[in-house]
Amino acid sequence: MSDPGPVLSSGARYRDELVARGLLLATGVDGLYGFSNDLVRLIAAVETYVSAAGAGKYEVLRFPPVVPRVVLERSGYVRSFPDLVGAVRTFTGGDEAHHALLRTLDAGGDWTAGLGGSDVALCAAACQPLYPTITPDLPVGGRRFDVCGYVFRHEPSSDVARMLSFRQYEYVYAGDELGALAHRDHWTEVAAEMLSDLGLDVAATLASDPFFGRAGRALTATQREGALKYEVVAATAPDAPTTAITSANCHLDHFCRELGIRTAAGETAHSSCVGFGLERIAFALLFAHGPNLAGWPDRARARLAV
Amino acid sequence: MDVTAVIREVLTEEGRLGLPLADIGDLDDLYKRGLTSHASVGLMLALEDRFGIEFPDALLAKATFESIGAIRDALSTLGVVGDTAPTSVE
Repeated sequence: MSDPGPVLSSGARYRDELVARGLLLATGVDGLYGFSNDLVRLIAAVETYVSAAGAGKYEVLRFPPVVPRVVLERSGYVRSFPDLVGAVRTFTGGDEAHHALLRTLDAGGDWTAGLGGSDVALCAAACQPLYPTITPDLPVGGRRFDVCGYVFRHEPSSDVARMLSFRQYEYVYAGDELGALAHRDHWTEVAAEMLSDLGLDVAATLASDPFFGRAGRALTATQREGALKYEVVAATAPDAPTTAITSANCHLDHFCRELGIRTAAGETAHSSCVGFGLERIAFALLFAHGPNLAGWPDRARARLAV
Repeated sequence: MDVTAVIREVLTEEGRLGLPLADIGDLDDLYKRGLTSHASVGLMLALEDRFGIEFPDALLAKATFESIGAIRDALSTLGVVGDTAPTSVE
């Protein structure tokens, strides 16, 4: 591993270092950054690398980063992760309400209190809007999808690998139970190889989602007991624990049961997905190989064409 | 208090099993009868409300809720006992 620069004691100092180097553009809010020319190129290269791994084998679909609110409701996201949710509020009042809103704004108050709920929310996982669009009766062998998009997680942090808004590149399977497990296992292995091939020191580990509250602790225990989710972890910053840069998750029939999606044999379908965190992979690469892309190992540069 | 009857009542409300509870024996595997992990959490919270107890982390496992008998055993370790019907041996 080449020297990433001075050793920094916290996520915030490392973040400030990347800002000082011009790779990140501060916005004033932790977890929201602009990206420099080099970082944009790097993230695009990571996307191309991930995209090539599934080329031709998946139906490519894209959805906006804003989804119908009902998508978060039916997927169980609001039930399991209320602390991570972002919903869109909009102004629908008349002149009087507008003036009241401006008075609050001018007084430095919370003008968003003058907004009302809407039918849309911020997408929390790239595959979320996909499931309701899958036709109820799957063909023999199931269906395989390639989705990618911006997601939102309300977990403000100065850790660069934990942003409020980031991109996930996912390969999703919906079909029978064994197919869903095979998809997850295949991609856990392939992702670890792909990321290792870029010179990252990675490990695949059993993982669980940060389900909320007491109910969440029970769900976490069940998820771990069932060995449903695996993460490929790597270092993304100095003096910090490793971070998941890719995860592969078997949902059992959680999504398909709610949506009435069935296998060709007529049974409730199962699903699984692998999600590559494009920015997190880029940050892991920057940390491993240093901020100067021209000085990176030849192999990583060749694989990513940077 | 008939603990088993209360468990069955809560299971009817929270289990989302999609089949009559009368068809389920005390030792039947609830997960094989359609209990999902999310429904089992709803079941856990409802049992806590009903009996005024809290399942400790050590009991937050799939096995705790896998049958009516297993739930009854877990509750008894938390001091919930009563006129329990004999465990079915079918």
